[in-house]
Amino acid sequence: MAQHDAPATTIPSLPDGLVAIVKKDCPTCVLVAPVLADLADRSALTVITQDDPQFPQDADWVVHDTDLSLSWHHDIETVPTLLTVVNGRPTDRIVGWSRPEWEAFTRTDSLGVDLRPWSPGCGSLSVDPTIADQLAVRFSGSTLTSRRIEIAVLEDDWEAMYDRGWSDGMPVVPPTEARVLRMLEGTTRQPDDIVSIVPPDLVECTVEKVAINAVMAGCMPSYLPVVIAALEAACTDEFNMHGLLATTMPCGPVMIINGPVRERLQMNSGVNVLGQGNRANSTIGRALQLVIRNVGGGKPGGVDRATQGNPSKYGLCFAEDEEGSAWESLAESRGFTDGQSTVTLFPGEGPRIIFDQQSRSPESLTKHIALALRANISPRMAMMFDAVLVLSPEHMARYRDAGWDRNRFLEEVSSHLVLDGDDIVRGSDGIEEGMPEFLAGSPVPKFQRGGLLVVHAGGGAGLFSSTIAGWVTGETGSVPVTKEIIP
Amino acid sequence: MTTVLDPTGELSPQTRQRVARPESLEGLTIGLLDISKPRGDIFLNRIEERLTAHGARVARYKKPTFTKPAPVDLRHEIASQCDAVIEALAD
Repeated sequence: MAQHDAPATTIPSLPDGLVAIVKKDCPTCVLVAPVLADLADRSALTVITQDDPQFPQDADWVVHDTDLSLSWHHDIETVPTLLTVVNGRPTDRIVGWSRPEWEAFTRTDSLGVDLRPWSPGCGSLSVDPTIADQLAVRFSGSTLTSRRIEIAVLEDDWEAMYDRGWSDGMPVVPPTEARVLRMLEGTTRQPDDIVSIVPPDLVECTVEKVAINAVMAGCMPSYLPVVIAALEAACTDEFNMHGLLATTMPCGPVMIINGPVRERLQMNSGVNVLGQGNRANSTIGRALQLVIRNVGGGKPGGVDRATQGNPSKYGLCFAEDEEGSAWESLAESRGFTDGQSTVTLFPGEGPRIIFDQQSRSPESLTKHIALALRANISPRMAMMFDAVLVLSPEHMARYRDAGWDRNRFLEEVSSHLVLDGDDIVRGSDGIEEGMPEFLAGSPVPKFQRGGLLVVHAGGGAGLFSSTIAGWVTGETGSVPVTKEIIP
Repeated sequence: MTTVLDPTGELSPQTRQRVARPESLEGLTIGLLDISKPRGDIFLNRIEERLTAHGARVARYKKPTFTKPAPVDLRHEIASQCDAVIEALAD
């Protein structure tokens, strides 16, 4: 293993005046070769050739863009491109071949009169998919400041990731400079922007470090803004990621996505929504956990002290089915608009099923859901732990048919969630664990106000819903946090 | 050969010398930090009795909540007022 600093690059200057960028491998460039010679003859023109150094001919006005540095730095996407260059920088450009456009651009008449008047250009060699990544690394890698680690030829890349302790136990994608630069295309934020101070080591985490871990998790660049927003939410004082990590309880950050971003990232809000199989769902939650592990230093057995943990700590992330819901979305209920994309972080354990195939009235289903929710964390615990209810489409249909909205449901379900203090205080029913004795004789609500989050998701068939229990709520624990996802 | 970018916080923690173990508790100020877990005070009360019997002076401190790191001011207070500190975890 060796470490080295990234090479520094500067933007190279183009020759001033009229400049054409071409490649021999482009039929349109070949077509206009006589026009280029004509222009070089009649006025000053420099031709920059990307492939063959002697195309369109061996002449002193032809310059070879040997390493494609000129093409890459000046954002050439098409050949031929005609540029007006002042002080080494392009001020105007046209692409492809169009006689009237070329005549106007060069202020020259009778150009290529024997040629067909119009022909589209080809892709610039500098944006060729087979080499664009290498060019990005060569020319913009220096914008990345993370330590470079060379994995020796005899080392296996994948094993090397494990050996360095960077994995959650599953394979990770090696975060090469090319992959990280591509990931950073997913955000408008600069690589050196600080996103958050990440616990437990309280490390200032840059966009670049988030991108590296997002690559490792298997994210596409378009997912990066979601991971960034999730990290911002996790590192708030309210969400208290440090406590959630350090607790012996089995919980971790559960991510619920709302708004237009769901469609854009093709996230799953339907069949098997809480399970495997969708890339965005599977990798976004994982990326957040990898940031906390690698940047924050929070590892199981270290500051992560979970007694048993739960499988969703690999990263549980899912989208709400807003379109199929009869209710306003979770994000709308928390003060956002349907045009905003958001991530809501909930400090949760794994999902568990509520089985109800018989209820046809909303009253029956609501009573049954309330009964199931009494077991949240423990039937003898109240007020201290929040929950997410993931209501399935077939259960939602009961409420749609009856005209119940979100508030009506919350009122009704809460009315069935007032526990009798006598039943749950310590020592009652021969069980030593329970709520403090002073609550005997009092009605005790199962949840604090706002402590039950309801979201609609799942496949179209199946009379089952799910609950996800939270760890300690309020100031001593975590409060769910919603953040807008900013591109 | 593959070159990858370091995904970690790239911390390089300072190595510090441990404070020498005191030969006796006589005359020392020992801080007792209650992290606010239930019944931590029962444990710490007993420790205070034992320490006082050994001639130590005891100063008591409490974190606002066990779920978050101790506030910086509290850590500073303990560091400047005590010769040693005992932190209690209880349930």
